[in-house]
Amino acid sequence: MKIRLSRDRVRGEFVKRVEMISGQDLLQCYQCGKCSAGCPAAFEMDILPSHVIRLAQMGQGEELAKANSYWICLSCQTCTVRCPRGVDIAKIMEALRLVTLRQKNRNKVEATALPMELLVELPQIAIVSNLRKMSG
Amino acid sequence: MKIPYYPGCTLKTKAKDLEDSAIAAAKVLGVEMEELPQWNCCGTVYSLSTDDLIHQIGPIRNLIRAKEQGSDRLVTLCSMCYNTLKRANEFFLADEEKRDRINRYMDEEMDYAGDVTVVHLLEILRDEIGMDKVKAAVKKPLTGLKVSPYYGCMLLRPASIGIDDMERPTVMEDLLRALGAEVIDDPYKTECCGAYQTVNRKDVVVTCVHSILTSAQGNGAEVVALSCPLCDFNLDNRQKDIQQAYAGFHTMPVLYFTQLMAIAFDLDESVCRFELSSQDPRPLLKSKGLIA
Ligand code: SF4
Ligand code: SF4
Repeated sequence: MKIRLSRDRVRGEFVKRVEMISGQDLLQCYQCGKCSAGCPAAFEMDILPSHVIRLAQMGQGEELAKANSYWICLSCQTCTVRCPRGVDIAKIMEALRLVTLRQKNRNKVEATALPMELLVELPQIAIVSNLRKMSG
Repeated sequence: MKIPYYPGCTLKTKAKDLEDSAIAAAKVLGVEMEELPQWNCCGTVYSLSTDDLIHQIGPIRNLIRAKEQGSDRLVTLCSMCYNTLKRANEFFLADEEKRDRINRYMDEEMDYAGDVTVVHLLEILRDEIGMDKVKAAVKKPLTGLKVSPYYGCMLLRPASIGIDDMERPTVMEDLLRALGAEVIDDPYKTECCGAYQTVNRKDVVVTCVHSILTSAQGNGAEVVALSCPLCDFNLDNRQKDIQQAYAGFHTMPVLYFTQLMAIAFDLDESVCRFELSSQDPRPLLKSKGLIA
């Protein structure tokens, strides 16, 4: 993957937005990889959690927009509680979801598109939590 | 002891087995869980963003409902409700400016000061009743039943709100031992079940739960005990999907810890609502002589 680094990007709008929504200082991460090592959903992510943080530090919003990682994230908080630098990675994953969801018509899951059999099968807790994470 | 109780939505429908067995079992120990006369959905997941105040209002309103009952405590059974209510309260306490904004927004309610303590039933059993008293109430010990406790995420993480050590919890083990069960120690007990991916990425849940259940089975478990209706759906109902994805997978029953309490206290079987389980636990319980 080719990455363009520049001061404008590293100090740019994308980094500011992610840091504002998550309340986290991205540069606290020193890339130890512990978050990725314990992530129960990493097997399905195209970019590992620690690499997501790295790309975010470097202001790589376009690369991250293509990633599935934060849509696969389970908000299980395992990474958050284990990070030796106190980075709340789950909050950064949420911020990345919100960067997309706060734009118009960018829902990952549409409530109205869920088939009736699925709605009957699922408990409310599944539907509400999913829509809270996957729609704006 | 009387304590206001917040059920949450799923306990009124698909997780009625959790609610009915919990209320009946707690009563045996002198804990009267009194449902709040008025409550709303907590939102199921705690909002992880700094600027999303609107999603803090649902949980905070429920805490105010506890205050209205003259209580500074609120008990929950669902792990996700527990986490959401407890974290919302923590958020509310940590930031004075946001606290004021939320209070100003909720003009129908009394101002809230962040002074309701959210507790999970497991904490009451451990810290207030004590496992000795639980043991004394057992009429039908779960002898020979090999149970693997499963905590999942929301009872334990983050540490500031967790009910026990987040990497090595023991409260369910202690409870199950008091009930006479044989406790299986399983390394996957704090691993996520796949949570809300069950809606649009069932395959992720199938992989996660397959690892959890085969690990428990490999360690000798016959049944898994848990406390969350979303974990329960994924561990119990999704076994049908696991069977399709993994040839040779053997199904196993999944029960709420409160159902195991009700059995051990020899309460009427109807409070366990076994008919709500996808994997019927009754053949196993019958084979152990625990139900008729
Ligand atoms: S665990 Fe923390 S410090 Fe280590 S890579 Fe992940 S975010 Fe960075
Ligand atoms: S919160 Fe998301 S990124 Fe962190 S360990 Fe869980 S699934 Fe992985």
